[in-house]
Amino acid sequence: MTSNKSKELLLEMKNIHIDGFSDERWHKILKGVDLTLHRGEILGLIGESGAGKSTMGKAAMGYTQPGCKIIKGEINFNGIDLAKLTEFEKRKIWGTKISYVAQSAAASFNPAHRLMDQTISAANRLKINTTDVLKKDAVQLYESLQLPDAENIGDRYPHQVSGGQLQRIMTAMAMSPRPELIIFDEPTTALDVTTQVEVLSAMRSIVDKFNTAAIYITHDLAVVAQMADRIKVLRYGEEVEEAETRDMLSNPKEEYTKSLWSVRSLIKPEETNEDYMLSIKNIDAAYGSSKVLHNVSIDIPKGKTVAIVGESGSGKSTTARVITGLLPQLKGEIIFDGKKLSPKLEQRSKEELRRIQIIFQMPDTAMNPRQTVDEIIGRPIEFYQGIKGKEREAKVIELLKMIELDETFLDRLPSELSGGQKQRICIARALAANPDLIICDEVTSALDQIVQEGILKLLQKLQKDLGVTYIFITHDIATVKAISDEIVVMYQGEVVEQGLKSKILNPPYPDYTELLLSSVPEMDPDWLTNLLNKRSS
Amino acid sequence: MLRLSLGLVTVFAFSVIIFSTFSFLPGDFATEILGQSATKSAVKALRAELGLDKPPVTRYFDWLGNVFQGDFGSSFSGRSKVQGDQGDRSREVVGLIVPRLKNTLFLTGVAAMLAIPLSLILGISAALYRNSYYDRSATGVSLVTVSSPEFFTAYIFILLLATLFPVFPTISNVDEASTLAERFYRTALPVFTLTLITMGHMMRMTRSAIINILSSEYIEMAKLSGASRYEVIVKHALPNAWAPISQVIAINLAYMLIGSVVVEYVFNYQGIGRLMVGSVYNRDLPVVQACALIFASTYVILNLIADLIGIISNPRLLYPK
Repeated sequence: MTSNKSKELLLEMKNIHIDGFSDERWHKILKGVDLTLHRGEILGLIGESGAGKSTMGKAAMGYTQPGCKIIKGEINFNGIDLAKLTEFEKRKIWGTKISYVAQSAAASFNPAHRLMDQTISAANRLKINTTDVLKKDAVQLYESLQLPDAENIGDRYPHQVSGGQLQRIMTAMAMSPRPELIIFDEPTTALDVTTQVEVLSAMRSIVDKFNTAAIYITHDLAVVAQMADRIKVLRYGEEVEEAETRDMLSNPKEEYTKSLWSVRSLIKPEETNEDYMLSIKNIDAAYGSSKVLHNVSIDIPKGKTVAIVGESGSGKSTTARVITGLLPQLKGEIIFDGKKLSPKLEQRSKEELRRIQIIFQMPDTAMNPRQTVDEIIGRPIEFYQGIKGKEREAKVIELLKMIELDETFLDRLPSELSGGQKQRICIARALAANPDLIICDEVTSALDQIVQEGILKLLQKLQKDLGVTYIFITHDIATVKAISDEIVVMYQGEVVEQGLKSKILNPPYPDYTELLLSSVPEMDPDWLTNLLNKRSS
Repeated sequence: MLRLSLGLVTVFAFSVIIFSTFSFLPGDFATEILGQSATKSAVKALRAELGLDKPPVTRYFDWLGNVFQGDFGSSFSGRSKVQGDQGDRSREVVGLIVPRLKNTLFLTGVAAMLAIPLSLILGISAALYRNSYYDRSATGVSLVTVSSPEFFTAYIFILLLATLFPVFPTISNVDEASTLAERFYRTALPVFTLTLITMGHMMRMTRSAIINILSSEYIEMAKLSGASRYEVIVKHALPNAWAPISQVIAINLAYMLIGSVVVEYVFNYQGIGRLMVGSVYNRDLPVVQACALIFASTYVILNLIADLIGIISNPRLLYPK
């Protein structure tokens, strides 16, 4: 990709200030950010959650979400200041001159209409071409986005196609009126890595083909490196730095930019153990009549970390549910510390329950919003260990110190904590039972990179101090490298392979593992191009 | 299909409940008619004539079998009570109910035709101008109307529109000879009452269903692709709101029908609700059972229709993967 394909200015945003209203008061979301974009150029906008990147992307259309308003700033698009236009005038630009591709295609398509009607609805509004012409064009767009059965896929409803296909159809929808600018708002964040590769390459080639300018918003630097000519890093609503993609990757100026890929530098030396904490043997499990686990056998060595990796739908979370007894298996057995566990949760003893704890992906929904930190952590101490009163309080504070917080947090509610702090409290709650095995179900995937690093380091420290065993469920290979001793690869409800990290992550690979590992984006702007060349040869 | 058979099972279960409830009521029609001083043999004879001497299970299946053939039996009152009485005065329940049912359906039908479009329009506009003064007053007033019992609303209407400003009659007497215009005029007050007690609920639920949908991502997407306000509501929000809205309408139509029991009594309107109240008073079992069964079936049918609309309006259910 060459940078600055033309010098003709398309979009110039100057000194943008946007405020948002939440929790009964106004907050500053953007504090004076500038942005320029030339015709045919792709700008990457990157930052953690709350950095204001999405707000900035929408502001490029002159749009703010309900509860937000533009306080100050100019948005010059083709010489028109969008900030000064009325709703009615802006509607003539939206969807036709500037179009938008949202993060969750599944939620952003109207479930009541067929895909084709939605694809051409914006272009139809222009009344330049007839519906038939537009439909033919849409089929061609579907084809160039490599959608299967391009001729007929538009007749389906959104729920009848997969997430990766929907995201490509949304790109076709954005492209249909041939806009001058497309805003991609985290378009691949919700997809599996193997699907992400296909969607990224489809998007890149179509944007190239029509020489459309784009703003690509993401929190994943490796992804944006494949797409963008230039990258702008945002934090707390302010610009951190901006540079050509290659310069930024080879030579980031700011400390903060470097920290964005900090997890990738964390690597744990592997160890194993012949003594197993938990063995599951030939497990079959089903939700109703649909079978999701087929003959799954996994061994978990004592005091070590086993990572279970796989795409969504591979059965990794179901495996966790079977181990905890939330979903009794149909067949097979679970041996925990030498003893057989009964499949049903109700038939397990309190002691067995205490020894296996789970930490969930979303700390927000895993905690009772009306309980204080003291109640959340104190309850398992009381329940499992029967400790009350002063002693209990001392124990809670000890646990808080263990997770690197202190007693000032005792009276806080979950809503008064940050995402990382919430997950720490969830870890403390699991530790309060004094367990031997902790199942971590995607515990870091909802968190930002820097926070992730902190949580992973904490988990490693706790393992060293307390000797707990972890089962770490994740789809993120960087996390796996950072924390695991052994790896289990799952695909469509079956175990593809299990072994030491060094064995799994180095050739020779089984086909699926190879596909999975090669799909993980790398910090190299040529990675996608090279990968596609390699796969097509 | 499954829903249909479930609906049938429900109606069947209702029939059992209805029948057994009335069978176990203390006292019976025979002693009621003949008075405390009746001889045992006279009571026995009347019971035999009415079929009350058979065991309840036999009576239930006799009744059910006849119901399937469209025969709800004969009313107890009006039967030839004493041997040798001139003529047969027995009245078929069906003949008794059908004209009253027509009256009730007329009343509730008119009320529904007024209430449904009004509450949809009010609900959608309240959702559109959320938190405006219009929205606040509409939701506020609707809360009041939902909370007041129907007889209270009815008397308020009588006070305002019949006593203070005599526009409409307080008694809604209609018969076979009444013209349509007369019917509209005479039933105005009960129609208003039924409309008012159901509209609040329907309007509020429509409003919240639309608001729920307006905050979803595909609505933001529609706005960002340049859809106008009208398009957003009619093309993007409404098609997804039919399922919850039709559920509420079904519940309210059923409620309207049951509310008509009270309203018909207040306005002395010759409908099925008033017939049922009278028959309960007389221990006229066949009539009460038939009325109760009709109410129950209407409930089930309305819910079935609502489910059907829910399925038709949702491509997820209509076209499975």
